[in-house]
Amino acid sequence: MTAMAAATRETRGLPTFKLQPVLMQIVLISTTILMLYPIVVMVFSAFKPTGDIYDQPFALPDFTNFTNFVKIITETNFPVYLTNSFIITGTSILSILVFGSMAAYALARYQFKGSTFLFLFFLSGLMVPLKLAIIPLFIQFRTFGILDTRLSLILLYTAMGLPSTIFILTGFIRTLPIELEDAARIDGASELRIMLSIMLPLTRPAMIIAAIHNAVPIWNDFFFPLVFVQTDARKTLPQGLTIFMGEFNTDWGALFAGLTLSALPIIVVYIVLSRQFINGMTSGSLK
Amino acid sequence: MVNAHKWRRAGWIAFLILPALVIMVTFVIVPIVSALAFSLYEWRGTARGAFVGLENFRQVLFQEPFGSWTRNAFTHNVIVFATLMVIQNGTGFFLAYAIFKEPFGFKFYRVSFFLPVVLSTVIVGFLWKLFLHPIFGLVNQVLVTVGLDALALPWLGDSRTALGALIFANAWHFVGFPTLIYLAGMQRIPSDFIDAARLEGARTWAMLRYVIWPLVAPATTIIFILTFIGSFNWFELPFIMTGIDGSPFGSTDVLGLYFYRTAFGNQTAGIQDFGRGSALAVLIFLVIIVVAALWTVYLRRREVTL
Repeated sequence: MTAMAAATRETRGLPTFKLQPVLMQIVLISTTILMLYPIVVMVFSAFKPTGDIYDQPFALPDFTNFTNFVKIITETNFPVYLTNSFIITGTSILSILVFGSMAAYALARYQFKGSTFLFLFFLSGLMVPLKLAIIPLFIQFRTFGILDTRLSLILLYTAMGLPSTIFILTGFIRTLPIELEDAARIDGASELRIMLSIMLPLTRPAMIIAAIHNAVPIWNDFFFPLVFVQTDARKTLPQGLTIFMGEFNTDWGALFAGLTLSALPIIVVYIVLSRQFINGMTSGSLK
Repeated sequence: MVNAHKWRRAGWIAFLILPALVIMVTFVIVPIVSALAFSLYEWRGTARGAFVGLENFRQVLFQEPFGSWTRNAFTHNVIVFATLMVIQNGTGFFLAYAIFKEPFGFKFYRVSFFLPVVLSTVIVGFLWKLFLHPIFGLVNQVLVTVGLDALALPWLGDSRTALGALIFANAWHFVGFPTLIYLAGMQRIPSDFIDAARLEGARTWAMLRYVIWPLVAPATTIIFILTFIGSFNWFELPFIMTGIDGSPFGSTDVLGLYFYRTAFGNQTAGIQDFGRGSALAVLIFLVIIVVAALWTVYLRRREVTL
């Protein structure tokens, strides 16, 4: 409290600054423009012929002109990359949630020898920069014969997603009342049944947080596909983007259309679920 | 009977834990430990040769030209980290305070500031690469329009400005993250503290410096650690915006790019060396672990307990 006393001593008697709310709004509005204007320009440019992007960068485009988008969808493998990203992200999240909730349930609900150690073990994976283990992973995948497959990415993403999922779910399951479980047990329900039909449905809010926390980095990942996947038909969206950015080099209209199409899925989901996104992506960083 | 029950319980717990445990051990623990082992061997391309002790480390640290490349990249990582701490996270702190007071439209501001965070670094990198184009890029078009022609520089093409341009793009991408972590920290401060300070006439600066800043120390700790790990793993943004060699003239080369080049080769040099690559990975890993551990201890000590 000494700090606060010092603070008040320093400022006592000075008039309060009335202009402040106005200044705050100016700062907030200009920051919003700085954050959103680039995205607006990206979308607008996607509707413009390349010449217009060069000559009239600030003009409104003709929003009925889909030439650039058609070019991206028909002349590139964009639909293939998009499908791969969906398959890989979806499967990874599914297996993260299945294996993560199983382990979290055991750690949260049963006392057994080594349970604290196991919990700390899973936790230790939270901040491991796995990029640095890319060489052993590469050799391991070569040995397993799964280099250049979607499976290699799914396995890796599952491993990377488990620590945070176990952390989030264990904490949540511990807060669920034990009476529910006991009542079901007295009624003769099996452990499996208690978990599947009583406890896990209650865990859904935490599962959504854990799913978003992991789905965004997996959907956006570029490094691991870059190293593991060579075949074009198996590439993910961020990786595919680097390919048509190279192909359309000077055709800026097509480039912006490619960027817009790649950003669109996640922006739409984000706008709809912004609260869950913000909670999900910052969880694990908050105590 | 009691024993059978015990075994069934143990089996059930094992069934729940084992899949997660096996996946974690196979794809996180074994690779991390192997990286350490690999750095002690000689490699011919991707095939393992003889045990050579610390030879790979000697080469990347002291043998030219690898030594200077390592030092050059390391210096850039330190610059990136320090600048991001001040520009990106400092801005985040002030923006959080601005939103914390719940001014008109604060919910909209929160969602807008966080929007770029959900985008892939590949998208952000390409977007800013186009925007920073010397002639047709948005940045220079804006500068010329407002009459600042002298500032319309070839941002990514000049070795004096390229790293700064990358740091700016990174700050634009991620500023929403520290903003919301700080905001959550501020919302956790008991309102009596803030009211008491306000009643005693604390102005904005005093409030920030002596009340809020010390009380959001846990948020600072986590932001510090995450920024440090992020800076020393920096790869995607420079890879997309200035290329695998850290152009121009290595002015944007960082350990992540250098490590990738060493391990998987590049078009110009095409050589792969898993030995030196592993040694670099271990060194980066050690820097992250040691610094993160030391600073966590130091920063935790200055956190005010509520």
